[in-house]
Amino acid sequence: METIMIILIGVLVTVATYFILSKNVIRIILGTALLSHAVHMLILTIGEVKKGEAPILGTDGSTYTDALPQALILTAIVIGFAVTAFVLVLAFRTYKTNGTDNLEEMRGDDYE
Amino acid sequence: MRINDLLLKTVVRIVVFIILTLAIYLFFAGHYSPGGGFIGGLVIASAFVLLYLTYDLETVQKGIPVDFKVVAAIGVLLAVGTGFGSVLFGVDFLTQTAHHFNLPLVGDKELGTVMIFELGVALTVVGVVMTIITSIAEGDED
Amino acid sequence: MTIFLAICIPFLMALLVPLMYTFFPKFKIGWFVLIAPLAVLGILASYIPKIAGGQTAIYTYDWVPSLGMSITVYLDGLSMIFSLLISGVGALVILYAIHYLSSKEALHHFYCYLLLFMGAMLGVVFSDNMMVLYAFWELTSVSSFLLIAFWHHRHASRTGARKSMLITVTGGITMLIGFLLLHEMTGTFSIRKTIEQAAILYDHPLFIGALICVLIGAFTKSAQFPFHIWLPDAMEAPTPVSAYLHSATMVKAGIYIVARFTPIFAYGWTWFWLVTFVGLITLVWGSFNAVKQTDLKALLAFSTISQLGLIMSLLGMGSFAYHVQIDTSTIIYTQATFVALFHLVNHSTFKGALFMAVGIIDHEAGTRDIRRLGGLMSLMPITFTITVIGSMSMAGLPPFNGFLSKELFFSSALATASIDMTSLPSIVALVPIMAWVASIFTFIYSCILVVKTFFESPKKLPDVKIHEAPIGMLISPIILVSFVFGIFLFPNTLAKYILSPAMLSIYPQGASQEMMTPHISAWHGFNTELWMTIGVVVAGIILFKLLPKWKGIYNRLPKHLTLNGLFNRALYEAENVSSFITRLYMTGSLRQYMLFVYIVLLGVVGGYFALNDAFNFSMDNNAPIHIYEVILVGVMGAAAIAMLFVSSRVTATVLNGIIGYGLSIFFVIFRAPDLALTQLIVESVTTVLFLLCFTYLPAWKKDRLPSRTKIMNGIISVAVGMTVVAISLSVLHFNEFKTISSYFENAYELAGGKNIVNTILGDFRAFDTMLEVVVLCIASIGVYQMIRLRMKKGGDRHENK
Repeated sequence: METIMIILIGVLVTVATYFILSKNVIRIILGTALLSHAVHMLILTIGEVKKGEAPILGTDGSTYTDALPQALILTAIVIGFAVTAFVLVLAFRTYKTNGTDNLEEMRGDDYE
Repeated sequence: MRINDLLLKTVVRIVVFIILTLAIYLFFAGHYSPGGGFIGGLVIASAFVLLYLTYDLETVQKGIPVDFKVVAAIGVLLAVGTGFGSVLFGVDFLTQTAHHFNLPLVGDKELGTVMIFELGVALTVVGVVMTIITSIAEGDED
Repeated sequence: MTIFLAICIPFLMALLVPLMYTFFPKFKIGWFVLIAPLAVLGILASYIPKIAGGQTAIYTYDWVPSLGMSITVYLDGLSMIFSLLISGVGALVILYAIHYLSSKEALHHFYCYLLLFMGAMLGVVFSDNMMVLYAFWELTSVSSFLLIAFWHHRHASRTGARKSMLITVTGGITMLIGFLLLHEMTGTFSIRKTIEQAAILYDHPLFIGALICVLIGAFTKSAQFPFHIWLPDAMEAPTPVSAYLHSATMVKAGIYIVARFTPIFAYGWTWFWLVTFVGLITLVWGSFNAVKQTDLKALLAFSTISQLGLIMSLLGMGSFAYHVQIDTSTIIYTQATFVALFHLVNHSTFKGALFMAVGIIDHEAGTRDIRRLGGLMSLMPITFTITVIGSMSMAGLPPFNGFLSKELFFSSALATASIDMTSLPSIVALVPIMAWVASIFTFIYSCILVVKTFFESPKKLPDVKIHEAPIGMLISPIILVSFVFGIFLFPNTLAKYILSPAMLSIYPQGASQEMMTPHISAWHGFNTELWMTIGVVVAGIILFKLLPKWKGIYNRLPKHLTLNGLFNRALYEAENVSSFITRLYMTGSLRQYMLFVYIVLLGVVGGYFALNDAFNFSMDNNAPIHIYEVILVGVMGAAAIAMLFVSSRVTATVLNGIIGYGLSIFFVIFRAPDLALTQLIVESVTTVLFLLCFTYLPAWKKDRLPSRTKIMNGIISVAVGMTVVAISLSVLHFNEFKTISSYFENAYELAGGKNIVNTILGDFRAFDTMLEVVVLCIASIGVYQMIRLRMKKGGDRHENK
C-alpha cells in the first residue's frame, strides 16, 4: 500500500515541479496546490497507515492511528488554503497592474 | 451573474440550513468525535459560499449583514484571549481547563475553555474564508 | 543596585521622551532630559568617598542565566572617571543644546538618541561581562550613527554617519572576536576574573590574536591612525553632539578599553609597542593635519584625534611598568598612566569648551570657515575669552590645566626614552621627539583658532548682524573653562579623589595608591620639560608667522593616495563586487530561483542519500492493499498527468479538484475522519476560488517555451519526482527513534477530549493553532487589502497601462 502511495506522490511531485518551472502564473499556483496535496499525502503515508482505528478514544480496538501527522496535516490544509487564496489574488492584481501573466516579463530591472 | 433558477434557489435555501445545523453539530461534537473549530468554521463558510453562488452578492449581504473582517478579528481575539485568560489565573499561557456541568435538556456535559478557543478558531475561519471570497467576487467592479 | 539604576535612568528617560513630546508639545523637552545626567551624577557623587578610599562597588543582575550572561555592574576608580565625564559633560551638553537647537528640529529624536547614547556609554564603563560590554559598545556606535545623521537631509551627514558606522562597527566586531579568544583562553567573560588569570595568559598562542583584535576595536573607536578618518566626517553632527560624543565621551571609549585591559595584555611587549607608537603617530599626524583645516570643527576634530593619540601613547608608556619590578625607582613608569588619566579629564574640559565656543560662532555668524571669519573679538567678547582659555590649555600654556598635563607628558616621554636600552631597541628615543614635534603643531593650530577667528579682519562674513550668544548657551562653556582654570589651581585634589583610585584598577598588583599618585605642581624649576615647553612656544610662533610659506607641503600628497581616498575606493569596489555577485544569482526570474532549490534538493539531499548508501527499498511491513485503492490511485495519477496536457485552465482546475477529493477519500481509508472532512470542504472552496479568479485573468495561452527548455523542465521534474520517491521509500520504515504519539493517546486524562486530533489542535499544541489563526487573519487582510484598497486608488491610471 505504502509503495503504491509513494509512487502516486512521485507522480504528483513531478507534475507539480513541471508546473512550477513554467512561466504562467496560474500554472505555478496550480503547481503549488498539487505539491501541497502530495506533501499531505506523504506525511500521512510515512506515519504508518492502516495500523489502527481512527484516533478517537472509545472506539473499539486498542490501537489508534498516529494522530500527530493528522493534526499537522489539518493545520497545513487550512494554511494552504489561505496561501493559495493570497497568491491567486496576488496573481490577478499583478495582471491588472502589469498587464501580463508571464513571470519572465515581470522581472524587475537589475538594481532591484 | 444572476441566476433565475427557482428550483435551485429553493433547494439551496433548505440545504443551507441543513449544512448550518451540521456545522453546529460538528463544532460541538469536535471534542469527542470528528469535527471541531476548523471543520465547523469551514462548513459554515461553505454554506455561505453556496448562498453566494446561488443568489448574488447584494441579496446575500442584505440577508446576512455581517462584516466578515470583524468576524475574523473577533475570532483571533477570542483565540488569543483565552491564552491570556489562563495567564490571569496564574497558569501557563493557553492552558485549557474543563469541568462537567449538568445542564437541562442535554444532561451531563463537559464544558471547558477549549470551547471558547475553538469558537475563536471557527469564527476566524468563517471570517477569513468569507472575506477572501467576497473580496474577490466584488473585485470585478474595478 | 543604585549603580545599576544609573545605567537604567537614561534608557527609561529615552522611553519617556516620545511620550513627553506627544503630550506636552509646548514644553521644552531638554529641561526634562536634563534630569537624567543630573540624577546619574548624584548617584555617582555618593560613591566618590568610597571609591577614593580604594574600594569598589559591584552588583550582579542575571540577564540570560542560561547563557551565563549576567549584567555585572562594577564601579571602580577607572569607571568612576569615565562615568563622571559622561554624566557631567552630558548635563552641560544638554543644557547647551536646549539653547543651540531650534524648537523646530526633531528634538524628540535628538534627545532620545542622546539618552540612548548616554545609557549605552555608562553601560560600557560599568560592565564587567565582556559580552554585555560589547552590546553596549555597539549601541554607542548605533546612537552615534543616528546623531551624526541627525540632519539627514544633508548628503554629507549621511556619508559621515555611514563612514563612522562602518569603521567603528567593523572595529567592534573585531573586538568581539578578541573577547571570544579571551574566553577561549580563560573560560570566563568576566573582566575581573580574566585579570586574575592575566599573569599566565601571555604564553598562550591565542594571546597575540586577542590582543590585536581588542586593540583594533579600541583604535577604531578612539580614532587612532589609520582609522581616524571617520572622526572629521562625524563633525556633520550638530555641535552639541560633536562636543559630547566625538570629543568628550564616545571616542574615549577606546581609551577606556585600553586602560581596562592593560592588566590583561600589558605582559606582552606587543602591547607596549603598539599602543605607544600608534598613539604617537596619531598624535603627530592629527596635529599636523589640524593645521591645514579651514573648517573650525574639522580643525577641532583633528585636534581631538591628536589628543586621543597623546592619551593612548601615555597608556602605552605606562604599560612598561608591567615589565619591571615596581619600587621607588621604577614608579616613574606608572606615572605615564596617571598622566593619561589626568589629560583625559583635562581634554574633556577644554575641548568641550572649545567645541561649544565654535558652535556659538557657527550659530551667531552663520559660518565656521576660517577663511571667512575674523575680527570677532569685539563682537563676541565672552566667546573670545572662552576660546582663548581653551586654546591656551590645549597648547599647553599656563595657567591652565593643559599646561600641567603637557609638562607631565614630556617628563613621561623622557622617562620612556631613558629606559635601559639593552632590553629595548633604541626607537624609544623617538618618543620625546615625536611628542615635542606634535606639541609645536598643537601650538600652531591653537594660534590659528584664536587669531584667524577673532583678530584678523573679516574677509567674507555672512550678511548677518553678529552679536554675543544668549546667556543660556554661554553657561556650559563657562562652567567648563572654570574647570580648566580650577584644575590648574587644585590639581592634587582631583588626583587624590578621582585619579588615584583609577590607578589601582590599572595596576591591581602594583604599588599602593599613594605611591602611584605623583604630586602635581606647576613649577619644577628649569628642567628639561620646561625648556621643551619654551621651545614649543618659540618654534610655534615662528612657524605660525611663516605659515603661508610652508603651507604648500599639504598639497604634496595626491588625493587618491590619502587614507580617505583609499577608504572611498575600497568602499566603491566593495559595492561593485557585491552587487556583481548578487546579480549573478538574483536574476529576478522565478524559474531560476526554483531551479536553484531543485538542484540543491537533487544534489545535496539526493546526493547525501546516494553517498551514504541510504537508499533501501523494502516492501515488507506494508499495509494490505485493496483493489478500490488501486483504482483510486490510478484515477488520481491519471488526473495529474492529464493536467499537463489540457488546454483549458478550467479543466486543469477541475482535475486538481479530482486529486483533492481523491485525497480526502484516502483520508477516510487511512482512518483520518477530521482530515477527510476538512479536505473535502477546503477543496470545494479552493475550486470556487480558482474559478472566481479566472474571470479576471487572461485565458490560458500555450506556454511559448522553446522545446529545449521544455525538455529540460521535464528532466528536472522527473528527477525531482524520482528523488522524492526514492527518499520516501527509504525512510518509510525508519524506526530509530521512539514515536511520541502514544503520549497524545492520554488525551482524555490530560485534555478532557476523546478526539485526539482535536485535542492536539485545541490543547496540546494550542499555541500552533492560535498562531495559525493569526496567519489566516493576516492572509485575509492581505487579500482584502490588495483588492479593495487599490481599487479606491483607481485614479492613478499610469499603473494600469
